[in-house]
Amino acid sequence: MRIASRLLALACLLPLAAMAEEKVVKIGVLNDMSGLYADLSGSGSVEAAKMAAEEFGNKVAGMPIQIVGADHQNKPDIGSGIATKWYDVDGVDAIVDVPNSGVALAVAKITADKNKVFIDSGAATSDLTGKACTPNTVHWTYDTWSLANGTGKAVVKAGGDTWFFLTADYAFGKALERDTRAVVEANGGKVLGSVLHPLNTADFSSFLLQAQASKAKIIGLANAGGDTINSIKSAAEFGIVQGGQKLAGLLVFITDIHALGLKTANGLQLTSAFYWDRDDKTRAWSKKFAARMNGRMPSMVQAGVYAGVLHYLKAVQALKSDQDGKAVVAKMKALPTDDPAFGKGTIRADGRKIHPMYLYEVKKPAESKGPWDYYKLVREIPASEAFRPLDQGECPLVAAKK
Amino acid sequence: MITFLGVPIQALFSQLLVGLINGSFYALLSLGLAIIFGLLNVINFCHGAMYMLGALLAWLMLEHLGIGYWPALIISPMMVGLFGMVIERTMIKRIAGLDPLYGLLLTFGLALIIQGVARNYFGVSGEPYEIPPQLTGGKNLGFMFLPNYRAWVVLVSVLICALTWFVTERTRLGSYLRAATENPLLVQAFGINVPQLITVTYGLGVGLAALAGVMAAPIYRVNPLMGADLIIVVFAVVVIGGMGSILGSIVTGFGLGVVEGLTKVYYPEASNTVVFVIMAIVLLVKPAGLFGRTT
Amino acid sequence: MTAHGATGGETSAAIRDRVLARNEMRSLRIPMAIMIALALGAPFVVYPVFLMKMLCWALFACAFNLLIGYVGLLSFGHALFFGGAGYLAAHAAKVWGLPFELAVLTGTATAALLGLAVGWLAIRRQGIYFAMITLALAQMFYFFCLRAPFTGGEDGIQAVPRGKLLGLLSLESDLTMYFVVLAIFLFGFFFIFRVVHSPFGQVLKAVRENEPRAVSLGYKSDQYKLIAFVLSAALAGLAGGTKSIVFHLASLTDVHWGTSGEVILMVLLGGLGTVFGPIVGALVIVCVESYLAQLGGWVTVVQGALFVVCVLSFRRGIIGELSRVLHRPL
Repeated sequence: MRIASRLLALACLLPLAAMAEEKVVKIGVLNDMSGLYADLSGSGSVEAAKMAAEEFGNKVAGMPIQIVGADHQNKPDIGSGIATKWYDVDGVDAIVDVPNSGVALAVAKITADKNKVFIDSGAATSDLTGKACTPNTVHWTYDTWSLANGTGKAVVKAGGDTWFFLTADYAFGKALERDTRAVVEANGGKVLGSVLHPLNTADFSSFLLQAQASKAKIIGLANAGGDTINSIKSAAEFGIVQGGQKLAGLLVFITDIHALGLKTANGLQLTSAFYWDRDDKTRAWSKKFAARMNGRMPSMVQAGVYAGVLHYLKAVQALKSDQDGKAVVAKMKALPTDDPAFGKGTIRADGRKIHPMYLYEVKKPAESKGPWDYYKLVREIPASEAFRPLDQGECPLVAAKK
Repeated sequence: MITFLGVPIQALFSQLLVGLINGSFYALLSLGLAIIFGLLNVINFCHGAMYMLGALLAWLMLEHLGIGYWPALIISPMMVGLFGMVIERTMIKRIAGLDPLYGLLLTFGLALIIQGVARNYFGVSGEPYEIPPQLTGGKNLGFMFLPNYRAWVVLVSVLICALTWFVTERTRLGSYLRAATENPLLVQAFGINVPQLITVTYGLGVGLAALAGVMAAPIYRVNPLMGADLIIVVFAVVVIGGMGSILGSIVTGFGLGVVEGLTKVYYPEASNTVVFVIMAIVLLVKPAGLFGRTT
Repeated sequence: MTAHGATGGETSAAIRDRVLARNEMRSLRIPMAIMIALALGAPFVVYPVFLMKMLCWALFACAFNLLIGYVGLLSFGHALFFGGAGYLAAHAAKVWGLPFELAVLTGTATAALLGLAVGWLAIRRQGIYFAMITLALAQMFYFFCLRAPFTGGEDGIQAVPRGKLLGLLSLESDLTMYFVVLAIFLFGFFFIFRVVHSPFGQVLKAVRENEPRAVSLGYKSDQYKLIAFVLSAALAGLAGGTKSIVFHLASLTDVHWGTSGEVILMVLLGGLGTVFGPIVGALVIVCVESYLAQLGGWVTVVQGALFVVCVLSFRRGIIGELSRVLHRPL
């Protein structure tokens, strides 16, 4: 008897094979809620999505809007498992956010196979609109190409013409270095050397010493997350910036600067798609976000989730349906975008969202008026230059049209 | 410029020095682990979590109580040591007579709990911890710029290691410890409270880990997972040095730091696997470890 | 390999053990029948993809149990075989275009080879040393997988095709795939069962209980341990290879030490050295994890707590306790 009741309790944990009712527009926010990217996406992205839904009054084309969230823990197998279950069992129509390129690529394929919609805001890989593009994917916010182009080109033009790379020894880091190197050399700069460091290195002293010895004007950080923060911290300790070299962060978020503090991070140059203090519209929206998030200002990833969901809902409104993923994405590409976070823009044939990018420099502590007041604008990169040209991406959708 | 195998000699020296600094942490951590294993026959998998707790407590004290680095250097290890003693009394003692594998699994579970809880409350990005003002800045040694704080780390580690070695090998307390390792019943018959000795030893061992954590806080980030991957390297160090050998752990710890530093210069991609390669070689040639005794 | 006495015939002790083993097998008929019946009916009630995940982990846990439950060796690096086989199977299916059964076999063979290498190195030491060595070697393999181009690093090997079974049966349907995975699982399960209840298994038991005595009887204990290790590794590889093809993905998580820890927990929770223990353990842990996934970071805390509770006061595990209550081996 006891065994039977225990078995029954266990059975309640099992997901049933039944299908959910299909009269709801269900959006799933899949990201990292507990790990490295929790601060720049996490629950903030779920709030951002909810804000977009609320602008529609939580109803679109007569159907209620439901937002759900889940943690992919930066693991492709967990992420793809959740995506598959969401589409097969829970009736989710669109998945948004997904920082972490590995998970994003897996979700893009699953979404295409099941004809749903995937709006990525957090992943960096430019393959999402290149080799791995699908008619069901929209890549918002940023990608490695735009970061390399933004930071690389702008820094070289501003005088930083000799570079040394600190590269994380895995596919993403190497891709970032490769893209930036190409941009630097194309703009007349020289790469004096580079060093590969293992992923998740705690101590960068030896690598930074090598960077110092190279006497390059710019030390490019081709890494992300914890590695970037550690590199910057070690650099401050070893007096790199005082010694006359500048650091260029190739993938840095405002949450990283917040974790480092201005004393350590000042002088760092980085490219971003969004900054809360850029203009009146971004300020107004960000303050609304901050009110829901304990005073934390939105990162560009969270802003991208808001804008992406808003545009998705506009497309569903116009089509009066959310069933056919390909049709919805086609409508998203047909309609021009307009939102307080990114301003006006478009979505290209390969799924790439086009908007201007901005090169920022981190302020010194004296220049900052309060928490989150971290950036000063160095240069705006116009939308026409910010992203990889359509014909260079090797996206099958684009080639087919020719 | 003189070069050695293609690398300028100045760069080489600076890398060796940096390697020595990293070795200090390996030495401190493997020291605690070796002591605990020697007396309790327990592989303390939560050693890395204790190291993290040391750093976390130091940060918490600074954030919420305004207690700075110098008091934290003493208070944090003491608190973690006390916590360790409680764990030993309540949990580890209960499995004392069993297969030592259970000790490994128990401490592994504890590590998961401590790290998981810390992660849920403090996130993963980590918290900044400033170098104390007395130790900022550095000296230009000619071939490199040596931050004062890093020199301090090496100094303290060498001191603590020497002190520990001295206490275990040359004092009466140390002789009780060593005797209790070999024959606890006999030592108890002589009137020494062995269970209490064991509890205190465990507390001391994890206290050492916490001390390493406090010292690491200003240079590595204080984050809940800082001990998780480090612990496996420390295990390898202890295996290479010889389980239970204090001198072995110290020498291997510093030595490994230097070897890693050299690897970072000549073949940086391998710098986090070189320790395991060395371990494999040592196992083939001298399975008991460099300083270990075959039982 | 049977235990021979001075006269050259089987000793009475050996005969008694053989009879006991056969009785044990008979008494297990009913639980086995229940297990198979449930497994056959489940995919019509529960999401098949979830069930396949459970089956792969259950096979992995059974393979691990062979090593710790019957040989007494705690390997803390079994993710090496599970994940390594996963990578090779995925690569074989995607890049070399091998059909399903050959890809899985590739994975299994890889795991067996890795098992031979790791086992040969690790068996030189015993007990905790053995555990730490396996952990360190697995960590080394993890770093290798992180950097090697064919594994896809952080992204893993994606979009692995399931292909056709024996060139005839398309495996795209989850239901079809489920029954194939079930067949693989049952094969592995019965193979382990047979190994344990065989003369070879008896020697392993002798080595576990009193190794010096076994050696003095003339058995080369190291060889037996190595063979058992390779078998355990190969079966873990079978589970890993199947899993990566079923889920279209081979990733770094599968070679991380967290995975090694997870399988230890499953076997510990289910009951070390029992027949059904690893299966029940795998079931419970996979369910708990999927239920807690919504709570994100608390999964590791719960896992840790389960470890602590099991080691302190629940060492026999679920099936172990059940077996004690029912007075029959399970």
